Amino acid sequence: MMVLEAQHLRKVFKSGGFFTASEKVAVHDLSFELKAGETLAIVGESGSGKSTTARLVMRLLEANQGKVSWGEQDVSKLEGKALRQQRQHIQMVFQDPFASLNPKMKILDTIAEGLRVHAPQLNAAQRQAKVVQTLLSCGLGEEVLQRYPHQFSGGQRQRIGIARALIVEPDVLVLDEPVSALDVSVQAQILNLLKQLQEDKGLAYLFISHDLSVVQHIADRVLVMFAGFVVEQGSIKDVFEHPQHPYTKALLDARPISHPKDRQVALDMQHDEGIAQQGCAFALRCPLKQEKCSQFDMQMQHNCACLFPLDKQEVCV
Amino acid sequence: MLEIKNLSLTVPLQGQQVTAVSDVSLQIQAGKTLALVGESGCGKSLTAQSLLRLGEFQGVHRTAGDITLSGKSLFDMSDKTLRTMRGGAVAMIFQEPMTALNPVFSIGSQILEVIALHTNLDKRAAHERALNLLHDVGLQDGEALLRQYPDALSGGMRQRILIAMAMAGDPDFIIADEPTTALDVSVQKRIVALLRKLQQDKGLGMLLVTHDFGLVAEMADDVAVMYAGEIIEQAPVMQIFDQPAHPYTRALMQCRPEATLYGERLTVIPGNVPAPGAWATGCRFQQRCTWAQDACQNPVSLQAWQAATHQARCLRVGET
Repeated sequence: MMVLEAQHLRKVFKSGGFFTASEKVAVHDLSFELKAGETLAIVGESGSGKSTTARLVMRLLEANQGKVSWGEQDVSKLEGKALRQQRQHIQMVFQDPFASLNPKMKILDTIAEGLRVHAPQLNAAQRQAKVVQTLLSCGLGEEVLQRYPHQFSGGQRQRIGIARALIVEPDVLVLDEPVSALDVSVQAQILNLLKQLQEDKGLAYLFISHDLSVVQHIADRVLVMFAGFVVEQGSIKDVFEHPQHPYTKALLDARPISHPKDRQVALDMQHDEGIAQQGCAFALRCPLKQEKCSQFDMQMQHNCACLFPLDKQEVCV
Repeated sequence: MLEIKNLSLTVPLQGQQVTAVSDVSLQIQAGKTLALVGESGCGKSLTAQSLLRLGEFQGVHRTAGDITLSGKSLFDMSDKTLRTMRGGAVAMIFQEPMTALNPVFSIGSQILEVIALHTNLDKRAAHERALNLLHDVGLQDGEALLRQYPDALSGGMRQRILIAMAMAGDPDFIIADEPTTALDVSVQKRIVALLRKLQQDKGLGMLLVTHDFGLVAEMADDVAVMYAGEIIEQAPVMQIFDQPAHPYTRALMQCRPEATLYGERLTVIPGNVPAPGAWATGCRFQQRCTWAQDACQNPVSLQAWQAATHQARCLRVGET
């Protein structure tokens, strides 16, 4: 069952004044589908458009073109109350557990807030019972209800953030870098919790991250983004074991080593080459670029937006 | 050599001074990198900041121990000497490139300020030096960069500028507090390359504060693992990865996603790091340790295991 679908999304940010106006295309023609119980990861460097994508599908930002559907419903044109009611289907967990909770609200009120909108028929006692039940499923106890966010550690706050999202029983969670602010030990606890919740409730996750080892662990499929373009997509196994796009390969090669014996004596200290404005956006950094690349319009062919995908290369890189 | 001897620190917590670092000893040698590893709240940043006596501005007190730079105690230094040392002999690269630069001053004025403090170059020479520093950290078009403000720059560029500023006083030692945490993998790799190059060229000694074992694997010569305010294991980097002796070190390494196969649950350390003031007597890791026994309630000191350079604070080292 399809729970989230994006079709040909495009987002342009305008900046500057009347004489200095400039446009930056943050997302070019992005499409994907997400099925119930599935995890789709979006990876890429900062500025690649992954968080913008999350906000577009949440309808927190308006796309300039394209269509977003939650479940069966096209929500691209919904406004106001109609949109708010549909938000029960899709909820978001934010990156920074310190900034995303209201410091002046008790945990009970923070988590119950969604119920006031989506289940107004419940009375205070019923709401509290539901909050406790959700907290328990996220590994927190009843004793936290009357406390404030500053009394919790980063990992506990992220559990609260997840409970807040789950209270309205959504089908989809959009997770924007949910573990990147956490220590490894706490990160492992949160990733296990997400897996458990997915098994129990059949949730679908859109998982935004720049940490490839986390993505490899949690996701089923992955979209690789560069400069607003999807440059490669596929199952985790295919993309991680046989990357087709030179950018994907570069990203995988930049992963931190896991043992000092793998240390390379001479690491290349490259400069920031930036993004090409014409043709393939990755051309300035690509070790395999050819003349034709400056004419390429970044269309996906067989899950990879490259004229010279790696398995077609004669020389091994 | 920069050396910490039996240092204990207290921090103000709810109106009281509570011990947050206890009996820590470390040595940072010229040309070598020592990594200080641990979860948040274990006292690693406090220890690092004490090397510049920075914590004192936030009410951190030294209750025991000493810090010496080439044999001279930091606590005997006059305020003036101390000011020259900060950013001079010992420089610091702060954790968050997004907040460590002042948003209302241009990059140029912030770098020139450091140069003016630590050298007696005239205006033109200082400008020249700033350009050289930017070039050394791999930033092109220095002239334009000097006129820009921090908000116009990416995280990787800001981190390079912070590194350039740290190098401005021509330091012998660098303290890098989580220098790559906020950065993308590709940028991270370049910062690692940069730090290693600067270290080789200038023979810098480095203290690398991090919770990321990937960074430790890339950079460290020696590793000290901290837990609840004390060092629980110390060894050369190869031994930490090949034969971690303390159950906490091992648990920390097994938490990493790459240590587990796809589809399986990740290994976790149950519970949280205890806050200062809530430490157990004896081994401070005992409540979370799968190997704990009654004897773990007795005080335990760092003891050598297999080699004199490999020390661990665990009664059951070798058994487990």
